[in-house]
Amino acid sequence: MLLEMSHLRKEYPNGKMAVDDFNLEVDRGEFICFIGTSGSGKTTTMRMINRMLHQTSGTIKINGHDIAKMDPVKLRRSIGYVIQSIGLMPHMTIQENIELVPKLLGWSPEKRAQQAHKMIALAQLPDEMLQRYPGELSGGQQQRIGVVRALAADQEIILMDEPFGALDPITRESLQDLVKHLQEDLGKTFIFVTHDMDEALNLATRVVIMSQGKQVQVDTPENILRHPANEFVTNLIGEERLIRAQPNILTVSQIMKPHPATIHPEQTLADAIDTMHERRVDTLLVIDQTQKLVGYLDIDDVSRKTDVQTPVSQLMNHEVSYVQAKALIGDSVQRLLKLGVKNIPVVNATKQLVGIVTRTSLVDIVYDALRGAPATDEQPASPINANIHAVANHEGSADA
Amino acid sequence: MIHFFTTYGSQLIAKIGQHLYISAIALLLGIIVAVPLGILLTRMKHGANFVITLAGVLQTIPAMALLAIMIPIFGIGSTPAIVALFIYSLLPILRNTYLGMKGVSPAVQDAAKGMGMTWWQAIIQADLPLAAPVIMAGIRLSATYVIAWATLASYIGAGGLGDFIFNGLNLYRSDLILGGSIPVILLALLVDYLLGKVETRVTPRQILR
Repeated sequence: MLLEMSHLRKEYPNGKMAVDDFNLEVDRGEFICFIGTSGSGKTTTMRMINRMLHQTSGTIKINGHDIAKMDPVKLRRSIGYVIQSIGLMPHMTIQENIELVPKLLGWSPEKRAQQAHKMIALAQLPDEMLQRYPGELSGGQQQRIGVVRALAADQEIILMDEPFGALDPITRESLQDLVKHLQEDLGKTFIFVTHDMDEALNLATRVVIMSQGKQVQVDTPENILRHPANEFVTNLIGEERLIRAQPNILTVSQIMKPHPATIHPEQTLADAIDTMHERRVDTLLVIDQTQKLVGYLDIDDVSRKTDVQTPVSQLMNHEVSYVQAKALIGDSVQRLLKLGVKNIPVVNATKQLVGIVTRTSLVDIVYDALRGAPATDEQPASPINANIHAVANHEGSADA
Repeated sequence: MIHFFTTYGSQLIAKIGQHLYISAIALLLGIIVAVPLGILLTRMKHGANFVITLAGVLQTIPAMALLAIMIPIFGIGSTPAIVALFIYSLLPILRNTYLGMKGVSPAVQDAAKGMGMTWWQAIIQADLPLAAPVIMAGIRLSATYVIAWATLASYIGAGGLGDFIFNGLNLYRSDLILGGSIPVILLALLVDYLLGKVETRVTPRQILR
């Protein structure tokens, strides 16, 4: 475990509890976002990691070593540090700024210069910029330097305190891409404090939600969106964002309509037509005795035959596309739209038919996302979910 | 004019030398004491106001009185004059050092510490270069004060251009008064100009901010 924080507590002399029993274990290469309202203790917690603040009690270990027993100066040189106000030295060139920690560590000038060139390339800025002063750069460029400066001495852990809070949205996004790249491709570990939920959900491998010094929820962005721990988290995420996130967190089983119109292969064409008429559909899903999806029967196939005693098995299409009940909606929407079909059967892990997703189900999702009404509680009005079948045209089969 | 120079020329050079010597030593001592003290004050939670007020009180002691106080302690000559002028030089340097160091952006200080600079490295590499222009402004101000007040040093036998002025006053000789005053003014202007050059040099190159 790269970083272990256990039972961290920070109490100020005036009795204010800034951090209360904070516990977290961070693996190498993780991207941890601390998020919370102001005064939630997120920055305080982060600043205890490089001993800019000292905990009242509790321990922090890096690679198993208690940081309280380390020299704070050495500790800080081994941890990258990026702050919202950037904190570049205005009287030093960009190169001197990047070389700051390597210089403190006593690297040779050649090695430092080499590293500076490498870092400016990493920041995706021109090499000539090394000779400029921070004041000559835009805010976004300055913070790019701020980010790579934190890596210049091969620091493994990078602490970031609302680093992009003061940047405009477009610049912020490009900086987010930069740090995401550093985490994914260089395997750096980030502890990232933010109050921007989009930023946290976008960057983090795990999000730590804090309120009044306490951890409210620690989980992956997906799980937090799917199961907000309590009302505080729901409010923090925001109703709108929860709804917008539905295609990415809702599974097919949550929006599918159960009990689609079915028929068995050994039944006859007459049975099929009766069922179609009764359910007002133009397509029947063919299942065997074990509920397994084996094909479908379209009205086209039926009308060409005259003998009503023909068994379904002779007429049905065996090639049927389907989605898994556990799949995310975002993925199946793609499929449904690409295939150009009106509906798609839903099967479980053993290919047993469990329901059907129609284009109208998707309309509900899109409607909710745009109009803001939660869709999660909505259940199909009736088990007879034949509406789509009824209006389906010839391309509206479940065929691929 | 020419008569004045032919009569007092060599004496004038010697007096300017004395004057500069007294002023320079006093200012140097002022810098040595006030700059570190000013830095230290910014690192202390309490006491800054008290110390700066104290320096301010010292500043309000009339120059003549301060020189008179020095005599029983240091006798007469240049030593008491240097000590008195040193005390006067303290306040502007101390106050500007304190303000200059306080004015360094907290972000820079936070970054300096957070990246692993020691207390000392942060002061030398981050705070001091950034506070340098303000500190230099204080030193310039002190320098002009000290050069002007050094004329009074002649009153307690320290020599300097004040000798001309006091002699002129005693003998009702306006040429002597002017012969002392004008060099003092020129000296003050020259030193101020030179220190201004230094101030520009120590100002960090930041085209934009």
